[in-house]
Amino acid sequence: MNTLFDKIWDAHVVQHVEDGPDQLYIDRLYCHEVTSPQAFEGLRRRGIRPFRPERITCMPDHNIPTLCQSEPIADPVGRRQVETLAANTAEFGLTHYGLCDPRSGIVHVVGPERGLTQPGMTIVCGDSHTSTHGAVGAVAFGIGTSEVEQVMASQCILQSKPKTMRITVDGRLGRGVTAKDLALFLMSRLTTAGATGHFIEYAGEAVRGLTMEGRLTLCNLSIEMGARGGMVAPDEVTFAYLKGRLEAPQDKAWDEAVERWKGLSSDADAVFDREVRFSAADIAPMVTYGTNPGMGIAIDGTIPEPVTESDAKALRYMQFRGGERMLGKPIDYVFLGACTNGRIEDFRAFASVVKGRRKADGVTAWLVPGSWQVLQQVEQEGIGQVLRDAGFEVRQPGCSACLAMNDDKVPAGKLCVSTSNRNFEGRQGAGARTVLASPLTAAAAAVRGCIADARELLF
Amino acid sequence: MKQPLTRLQSTCVPLLLDNIDTDQIIPARFLKATGREGFGENLFRDWRYDSAGRPLPFVMNDAAYRGASILVAGENFGCGSSREHAAWAIADAGFRVVIAKSFADIHRQNELNNFVLPLQVSPEFHATLVEAIGRDASTTVTIDLPQQTVTLDATGLTEHFSINGYKKYCLLHALDDIDFLLETQQKILRYETEHCTTAR
Repeated sequence: MNTLFDKIWDAHVVQHVEDGPDQLYIDRLYCHEVTSPQAFEGLRRRGIRPFRPERITCMPDHNIPTLCQSEPIADPVGRRQVETLAANTAEFGLTHYGLCDPRSGIVHVVGPERGLTQPGMTIVCGDSHTSTHGAVGAVAFGIGTSEVEQVMASQCILQSKPKTMRITVDGRLGRGVTAKDLALFLMSRLTTAGATGHFIEYAGEAVRGLTMEGRLTLCNLSIEMGARGGMVAPDEVTFAYLKGRLEAPQDKAWDEAVERWKGLSSDADAVFDREVRFSAADIAPMVTYGTNPGMGIAIDGTIPEPVTESDAKALRYMQFRGGERMLGKPIDYVFLGACTNGRIEDFRAFASVVKGRRKADGVTAWLVPGSWQVLQQVEQEGIGQVLRDAGFEVRQPGCSACLAMNDDKVPAGKLCVSTSNRNFEGRQGAGARTVLASPLTAAAAAVRGCIADARELLF
Repeated sequence: MKQPLTRLQSTCVPLLLDNIDTDQIIPARFLKATGREGFGENLFRDWRYDSAGRPLPFVMNDAAYRGASILVAGENFGCGSSREHAAWAIADAGFRVVIAKSFADIHRQNELNNFVLPLQVSPEFHATLVEAIGRDASTTVTIDLPQQTVTLDATGLTEHFSINGYKKYCLLHALDDIDFLLETQQKILRYETEHCTTAR
């Protein structure tokens, strides 16, 4: 009567620390340039080396430019961080996908697409969106830099076991309603702290019906509900996605792995600490109106009147008022990308709306693939041409305007429809105003020049 | 930063918003350093200063609260990004304790790993504390980690708080998790021999 989460967690417990956390064995550690330098420095200070270097994969993604990546990075501080990662990985003998390496990209896009992320694993990274990897049926969660150092030093982490929570979504998502809308809907119902202290398993027909890309988007946003992580039990969709990926098991090892992975599901009589249930029929395309991802409404809804001082502060920042509609609000920027929506399916969705149309005058659009592999596929499938014909350009991979550590900053006061994960104050640039939405909604906004319902534009 | 925490008496900085995210605590553009020091000057940067660097009317710019080593916030403090820079900034600015109605999980752990105590209090205690600080900025609070109590000194109102025994020991003795983990290598090797079926 165990949950999937319990099964994977318990199989990785090295020991229970008395009156304390579990010592958990970690199968994979991913690192990027922003949250790793102090961990490497810690190893150096202690005079130790990574305990299991073959379980660690590193790549820069947060700071990197999305144009002319082969040129030196103009920002000297950002450049130093990227160079520091390259130097640290060389010194400690770790796998490093450097700038412009065809294997590189946003760590949460690259891990699954290379098959490094596999069912049944424990996976951590110094990044809250590590929850993404749970989509294949792994226990994956974000950690701080001290914890990155712990894992480098011992391949273990000290962690109290979270409670379990199952979110079941019955029925099928409607036309034009995506995994992103499902996640924004859940956040709007549960709030950004609704799953704090819990690890989520997503279940039900609507979740089973998602593609692997959709599941990655859904699990990515688990952290925005406060959850430690989120996961989907592996099934044929998972196996079909992973089969043949370069770092996935091959041949006989593949068959054995699939047999093992088929056992990864919650028992029929498993008891969760918390269960919530929603109906897919209640979910429309969603947009956010405030400064946390839980402040979302159906695209044709009206902005709620503020209740708390925090709500009022959010509306002041967004320059919105309670009772207003989001539809029709003029926009300045569109961002397609991030570990949330930077995968090939997201580019296909965006292109399906803008095909045969033109980008609205006055809208600046940044279309940023999540990895070089996604970029390559965008071109191979002819999507790049569709986008260029509609007046867009496709940039080079990276985290980009999701957190604006590179040059892709939305200017103060400008309104951006973004497929990323956070609409916090200043997240996309000091003073920038962010509306979170799906790739379909972002595309509709890009061609209409205002918040628009993509369902009216779908063929 | 590796300083033991046992007993502390201090005034408080009241920051009474809910869902304060780590992007507010330390904006992403300040994450480019490769060391752990110096983040304190950019703590709540965009709430403290305007784009020209002029101080804004913000509680941390108010002389009445200067020198406090306790920060008081509302619900879900530290949500969002896992950046430990947020905890580094809080510690670097001289805070040893954050009192809130609730914390986001990753940030709570980051504070503990930097010897800052995330102290969750009941809504009732929180309301009384906030009211007292609002009346008198020189209101002090005493935190006693061995006893796991937090006391509003003016009235003697005391509440017990929870912390797991292991982390309490770490805070009291300024020990970190790596010190602990490095002692467990035999257990790790045994685990690997018995369990490692997943691909390296």
